[in-house]
Amino acid sequence: MMNKIRAAVISFPGSNCDDDMLYALQDFDIDADIVDARQASLSGYNAILLPGGFSYGDYLRTGAIARFSPIMSAVAQAANEGKLIVGICNGFQILTEAGLLPGQLLMNERPGFICEEVAITVANHQTSFSSDYAQQETVILPIAHGEGNYYADPETLERLEQHGQVVFRYAQNVNGSLNNIAGIMNEKGNVFGMMPHPERAVDALTGNTDGRQFFKSIVNSILSTVAK
Amino acid sequence: MPKKPLNPMANEATPEQVRDHKIYEQWGLTEKEYALIVKTIGRLPNYTETGIFSGMWSEHVSYKKSKPALRKFWSQNDRVLQGPGEGAGILDIGDNQAVVFKAESHNHPSFVEPYEGAATGVGGILRDIFSMGAQPIAILDSLRFGELENSRTKHIVDGVIAGIAGYGNAIGIPTVGGEISFDDVYAGNPLVNVMAVGLMDQAAMQVGQAKGVGNSIIYVGAKTGRDGINGATFASAEFSSEAASDRSAVQVGDPFLEKLVMDATLRVIREHADKVVGIQDMGAAGLVSSSSEMAAKAGMGIDLNLDLVPQREANMTPYELMLSESQERMLLVVTKGQEKAVMDIFQDMDLDAVIIGQVTDDGRYRLRFMDEVVADVDVEFLTNPPKQDLPQTKPQRLLSAHQEQFVPDVVDATATLKQLLAQPTIASKAELFRHFDSQVRADTVVKPGGDAAVVRIRGTKKALAMTTDVNARYLYLNPRIGAKMAVAEAARNIVATGALPIGITDGLNFGSPDNPDVYYELHESVEGITEIAKQLNTPIISGNVSLYNETDGTAIYPTPMIGMVGLIEDNRYITTSFFKKPGDVIYLIGDTQDSFNGSEIQKLQTQQISGQLFEFDEQAEIANQGFVLDAIHAGLIESAHDLSEGGLAVSLVESAIKNNLGIDATFAGSTSQLFAETAGRFIVSVAASNVKTFEALVQNHDVSVSEIGEVTATDLINIGTDQGQVIALPVATAKDIYLHSISEMMKD
Repeated sequence: MMNKIRAAVISFPGSNCDDDMLYALQDFDIDADIVDARQASLSGYNAILLPGGFSYGDYLRTGAIARFSPIMSAVAQAANEGKLIVGICNGFQILTEAGLLPGQLLMNERPGFICEEVAITVANHQTSFSSDYAQQETVILPIAHGEGNYYADPETLERLEQHGQVVFRYAQNVNGSLNNIAGIMNEKGNVFGMMPHPERAVDALTGNTDGRQFFKSIVNSILSTVAK
Repeated sequence: MPKKPLNPMANEATPEQVRDHKIYEQWGLTEKEYALIVKTIGRLPNYTETGIFSGMWSEHVSYKKSKPALRKFWSQNDRVLQGPGEGAGILDIGDNQAVVFKAESHNHPSFVEPYEGAATGVGGILRDIFSMGAQPIAILDSLRFGELENSRTKHIVDGVIAGIAGYGNAIGIPTVGGEISFDDVYAGNPLVNVMAVGLMDQAAMQVGQAKGVGNSIIYVGAKTGRDGINGATFASAEFSSEAASDRSAVQVGDPFLEKLVMDATLRVIREHADKVVGIQDMGAAGLVSSSSEMAAKAGMGIDLNLDLVPQREANMTPYELMLSESQERMLLVVTKGQEKAVMDIFQDMDLDAVIIGQVTDDGRYRLRFMDEVVADVDVEFLTNPPKQDLPQTKPQRLLSAHQEQFVPDVVDATATLKQLLAQPTIASKAELFRHFDSQVRADTVVKPGGDAAVVRIRGTKKALAMTTDVNARYLYLNPRIGAKMAVAEAARNIVATGALPIGITDGLNFGSPDNPDVYYELHESVEGITEIAKQLNTPIISGNVSLYNETDGTAIYPTPMIGMVGLIEDNRYITTSFFKKPGDVIYLIGDTQDSFNGSEIQKLQTQQISGQLFEFDEQAEIANQGFVLDAIHAGLIESAHDLSEGGLAVSLVESAIKNNLGIDATFAGSTSQLFAETAGRFIVSVAASNVKTFEALVQNHDVSVSEIGEVTATDLINIGTDQGQVIALPVATAKDIYLHSISEMMKD
């Protein structure tokens, strides 16, 4: 029997979905730790998750200060090693600020924070983050952000589309994102970011379990890599 | 030769000038109070001393005028671990856990500066919760604005909503519920009441006390600046339109900093509870109130060196340092010699943590600044201004109210229903509360838009239901009965989710207590709340008073917001307000009368509220609540929804539209009564397979229950009365009106 999957949830000052992510990972029998962003090492983890929140208050620009945290060079190194890196909401914003994912998250087209459950379409289910969903399946996931409006220059956007890097799209465009983009991955397919919150959709009691396949996809991906 | 540093106090008025120029009056102290201070301390108080008395003796801090009413609150039963008097009240919920909650108002600052006023309201109430040792788990709000007619009001609405969102979302505590309504009387005095709920292990309980001679007073959190100076005094006076802007008295919030302070404080309590003697947040009247109240509660004295207070601005005077209401600051009392472990935790988060003084045994409140003693007064005297029991008179409008009930003019009931669904008080507020993160922490089971919010307690089967409520129009017509109805409605909301109501916090918003009519309303309201709270076994464990909500002599309606918490022992009982499936049978619980004075339909059709408030059958209310709770616990209820503004017809629509279901209902009453607001009523839906068991259960209760129809798969809301089929409204139309009226009105 193989050892448990190990995952790190990075806690930046101002992160506020770190515990939610920890609980969700534990629910999938993953051995997860909260790791302080002021640490510099991330060895021994199969997956690294950057949770939602308001890192450093998001005062300059979302994710703009967090990208300079000591932990971020370890995150970049893990990305190079092919580990799975996942950024949710503010984590997605930090990954784009750090240049680990292309594009940028701008202020919502209609300014203001929005918290809602929205329909999300699976644009590519052949990824480490979506394999447990069906292609073009529509699921409901919670969003909660004021700066989720995905922008990239035309060439980048074209490249994302051509290489199947767009993983999730909003069924109805809620924030002005180009091409309705809700979640993307890098070309290598191991770094991923999305604005919706799958960790808030894992428990029938709280009314939504559509996020479970997201975590199952990650687990399956890690198990199949380890098996190889 | 080095220059001697300038003493910032050099230009302050002398004690004689304070007396001669009546500076104390500008700060809200009366001639009589000033004379008492002079007599008691045996000399003229200096500038700093006069300032700290003005803050401590303001109504906002001392409750000197409201205390005679507040003393009547009932606040004891076997669940109460902490009643009024601390940062927040605490109730036992079993398994060594406790729920902590309190409400606070930020009315005056929110009018002047809506965003910061509301944001710092959230910050302040959260500090009250975590200073008790509890992890905040939810925020609710209760908001009152003028009618959505002018851009000034819309600006206030936008600012307040953005402020609550800006602070609550960033700190990561979900805003799970609340209520918003609109009436002209709030145009110049909007109400921003925020309630926070926390969860704790009973062993972690903290109080704000300064015990033990020589123990250290530690200042933690943000540095002190010149914001909000003497804000408590500002909150204890009326507005006039000439002097509407007083921005320097409004504080500025930083939720990021507060999150660090919150996490560090809770960690200190987890890891070093044995070293911490007391914790208190610096709220109204900042450093002076937190430190002197902690000393007073322990019967001790305090000696502070103000040179050590972390400062954001240069040349601050003792007066400014003591009365600044800069946010995100806490005061801790820590056992002498044990300070380092505690301070290390704050400093690890890059927060200031500084020993600024000690607990003494001489009962004196002593402040030092630049090697001088700048204040030296008795703690007891400083914290106990003379209470004022003011004259009360029954307002003329109550004496001369017409006795007969308003008779609505309902020619086309479908049209009337559509009009009511578009009323800002009734229409969905989703357009506003969608800006609040209601799901962070991933524990929110029933989200905003239901009768009450429900938050699970992770790792247990338990959940907590919570709500805020008050219909101030009822209180305007009868403060005592209206207050009872506010408590009853809050309890109905809680019961409809399957929870047992267990306690109350209040936010008493009134006009000037110096007006005998208002003082009468305050007393009547408190008595009404207490009377029904005893019957419901829901003690009032905390609360807040906001008086002087008047502009140019016009007072708001008496608006005692009721915040209530309920306990759900097993989360499978959690019930929502919307219909689930076609074929379920709809029942109306409770009798319906011609209850129209104070109703939404009276307001709609006459543009005002008048007459004697309709009758309130307290015993029926309590019996109906008991029955609904029993039926939910017996597993017989698919949905439960309380009836309130707009009556039966509106509640039926609210239950139907969420799942796009139709209704076929016949009500055995008049068409007008579809819109009556008789209290104590619910609609519930029951699966066809449970109908027999449900009807058998009715037999065991002394309640009036009538089957009124069923949920249908059609897209039509069909309602009949004694007068035949009177309402036929497509579900889609009803939903569109209900969901989009507020955003239409918010457009310029």
